[in-house]
Amino acid sequence: MSTPTKIKVATTWLDGCSGCHMSFLDMDERLIELVRQVDIVYSPLVDTKILPDDVDVGILEGSISSEDDLEKALAFRKHCKILVSLGDCAVNGNVPAMRNHFKLSDVVDRAYRDTVTTQPQIPTRGVPALLSVVKPIHGVVGVDVFVPGCPPSADAIWYVLSELIGGRIPDPSTVTRFGA
Amino acid sequence: MPPPAKQPNVRVVTLNIDGRDLSAREDETIIEVCRENQIPIPSLCYLDGLSVWGACRLCLVELAGQGRLLAACSTRVAEGMQILTNTEKLQRYRRTIVELLFAERNHVCSVCVSNGHCELQYLAQKCGVDHVRVPYRQVAYPVDSSHEMFRLDHDRCILCTRCVRVCDEIEGAHTWDVMGRGSDCRVITDMAQPWGESDTCTSCGKCVQVCPTGALVKQGTSVGEMVKDQHFLPILARRRHAQ
Amino acid sequence: MNLDDLADLAEQYRAADAGVEREVRVCLAASCQSSGALPVFDALTAELGKERPACKVKGVGCMGLCSAGPLVSIAEKDSTLEDSVLYRDVAPEDAGDIIASLDGPPVERLRCPTDQPFFARQQKIVLENAGIIDPDSFKSYVAVGGYAALVRALSEMTPADVLREVTISGLRGRGGGGYPTGLKWSTVAKMPATQKYVICNADEGDPGAFMDRAILESDPHRVLEGMAIAAYAIGANKAYVYVRAEYPLAVERLQTAIRKAKRSGFLGNKIADTQFSLEVEIRLGAGAFVCGEETALMASIEGLRGQPRPRPPYPAESGLWGHPTLINNVETFANIAPIVREGGDWFAAIGTERSKGTKVFALAGTITNTGLIEVPMGTSLRDIIEVIGGGIPGGKAFKAVQTGGPSGGCIPSQHLDIAVDYDSLKTLGTMMGSGGMIVMDETSSMVDVARYFMEFCMTESCGKCIPCRAGTQQMHSILDRLAKSQATRAELALLEELCEVVQATSLCGLGQTAPNPVLSTMRYFRDEYEAKLGDA
Repeated sequence: MSTPTKIKVATTWLDGCSGCHMSFLDMDERLIELVRQVDIVYSPLVDTKILPDDVDVGILEGSISSEDDLEKALAFRKHCKILVSLGDCAVNGNVPAMRNHFKLSDVVDRAYRDTVTTQPQIPTRGVPALLSVVKPIHGVVGVDVFVPGCPPSADAIWYVLSELIGGRIPDPSTVTRFGA
Repeated sequence: MPPPAKQPNVRVVTLNIDGRDLSAREDETIIEVCRENQIPIPSLCYLDGLSVWGACRLCLVELAGQGRLLAACSTRVAEGMQILTNTEKLQRYRRTIVELLFAERNHVCSVCVSNGHCELQYLAQKCGVDHVRVPYRQVAYPVDSSHEMFRLDHDRCILCTRCVRVCDEIEGAHTWDVMGRGSDCRVITDMAQPWGESDTCTSCGKCVQVCPTGALVKQGTSVGEMVKDQHFLPILARRRHAQ
Repeated sequence: MNLDDLADLAEQYRAADAGVEREVRVCLAASCQSSGALPVFDALTAELGKERPACKVKGVGCMGLCSAGPLVSIAEKDSTLEDSVLYRDVAPEDAGDIIASLDGPPVERLRCPTDQPFFARQQKIVLENAGIIDPDSFKSYVAVGGYAALVRALSEMTPADVLREVTISGLRGRGGGGYPTGLKWSTVAKMPATQKYVICNADEGDPGAFMDRAILESDPHRVLEGMAIAAYAIGANKAYVYVRAEYPLAVERLQTAIRKAKRSGFLGNKIADTQFSLEVEIRLGAGAFVCGEETALMASIEGLRGQPRPRPPYPAESGLWGHPTLINNVETFANIAPIVREGGDWFAAIGTERSKGTKVFALAGTITNTGLIEVPMGTSLRDIIEVIGGGIPGGKAFKAVQTGGPSGGCIPSQHLDIAVDYDSLKTLGTMMGSGGMIVMDETSSMVDVARYFMEFCMTESCGKCIPCRAGTQQMHSILDRLAKSQATRAELALLEELCEVVQATSLCGLGQTAPNPVLSTMRYFRDEYEAKLGDA
């Protein structure tokens, strides 16, 4: 039995709550249908630790808040033919970007000093440095498909992936909205 | 500007909107005729019952033979008008205007009390705004929670002045007004004192009802205010056991 | 009162000054005052003393060449500026020499030739009295034929006659739009209303523009006379002058003029003993650029927040407090008396086919002769800048001239030979505007120029409509990044798109024209934008 060529999909989460990935999993039995048509080559949901060089569809959740986020976004743009911003954090910054109204040092102090009772300290080792301004994905790299929502529904994600599998660029505006 | 007065014995004109031949009273505006005939025209500052403001520019339409766009809310119909309400150009302009609004203040739908009931959010979807191309301005605006029943969050305000107009024209209190210039504009109560200290506010809540976004809301509707009071439980339980 | 009575009055005023043969005229307009004209005036007065009854030191209005102020001219009575001996950069210490020279040869070291093109190439209608009469003196104005046009209109012409002359003259609004004045007046005149208003828009706000200020400071009665003729023609009995509070001297002189005209029966009840009455009041603008827009201006007069409203209805139909209102600019009104006096045909013979008469321009920026000039419509830009303006100082090359203020655009050197009128400037992507001309030399960065004007529009946006309020913010931030060589090509494309949206969708003229400086500099200096790209 010959298997049809599967499209290669990579996903990752940047600064977000991973809720969009949870919503992805909410596709339930449609996931079985999906694995017949896509190869998830890199994702928090699979074991691969290295982003392959040529990916058909890259899906980014979360906003760009740290140097690590920035590197990942640049790598995804470099290696993915089509880049999808999944969810409000990726599309408009959402909750992570609400810290933009404050100075970064104030934010860090608040989180690691002011509100901590035992051994307040600002972590420096093993964590990426924070950027002063949180940006949506398209604030840094070009994005091809925007899927707003907090999170986008499983139906919306299914629709977007189905269209991409079919070789079409989806217009999710009828099934998504900011904050939904 | 007061709402256009309905005159007796007005004439009826015929006009064409998006290829449909329609009739209308000559004292009607284009937006009124469109709403009557279920022709969707986006708008934010226009609200049936309030005076025409003409500021959001979302209801702009194209009139055959005229280069300049017309605001449907402030333009009366005329015999033989040929109007297009949804051309590619108008869609593009509306998209950009909505994007400008989203970028201007802090409109984070996911944590807004009006999520799902917001005209701006709805318009963004209708106009196909799936992302905002212009950079977010990231300016923090204050929140006024001094009123015991209502709250004002300037971050969500789009300066449509519906609150100002309903308070002045319908309630007759004129508690609200606008101060400042450009993006520093803010709606204010009385002489820019906290809402809770306003002498003129009647607490009628009309402003909250007409606000298209989450700028004016009832107190107690935010997530943080959903406080559960469970004191009753041990008391009730003890008394029951005591019986 | 008829024209003969007025002529008698003028003769009477002239007779009072009969002994004076020569006048020492000191410019006391704002520009010369700021370079120290008041001490000069006092020193000259003290020096002259009472010894010479045939001479008189007289404070006058603007002589035009502001960059050479304080200006003092020694003139035979009733002679023009060109026929006088003009002194430049006069200091109080020069008073002795100047007064002494009244009996002998002129003081050569202070001499400013009046046969130079700056003076010789001008044609003065609006500024015909500027620098000659004492702006604070009602008698001074009447003595040179002032109020004759009003008396003529009231005693010999019907309102329809006045409208006809103004229409024939081809005068177009000098505030920027260039709307035919006769048409505007006729429209208001036809409105069936008992209450109508006349408004003079003196809220001059364009950076680098000071034409209206100079007119009000030099010849305030001329503006009042024009307003009174307009009120008679359209049937109004109440008029306002909306003048910005930043022009204290203009306000003061206007107040004096209104008071004196009223006392002499040329304003107020039963003007010149006819049934026509007109009350004129001053309203001060509180510093908002947008209040120069007519609907915002009227809101401000009504005591409301100075914000534009959608048009139509136009002020001619529903203006101040809902009544038909005629609103014209200072310079427009200043043209009325000569038109009524000399006839519409006379005026129409000056200028180009579609732009009649003269235009006052304020020359500013890097140009040798900074100041005020009045030239016939159709004068070439090259004549204005290189001949009259004296070119660029310091041997630098001309780069562009900005006309029309923040609503206009830049004109580069290849278009210098264009004949300036309303329509020709439009074809170049700019506009006449109120008459400010800012000249820039080769060292100016056009991206900086665009950023400057965008910042102006952004801070002056009233905040009512979204495209202007938020759009100018975004355009300014892109221009700022461009100026710092940080912007990308994608941002440049976004800038162009924002220009289109703001232009097409803004509520009032200020928003609609806010992108013009960007569009015109992009049109002629695209390479400068490209060179500033961060990802070039």
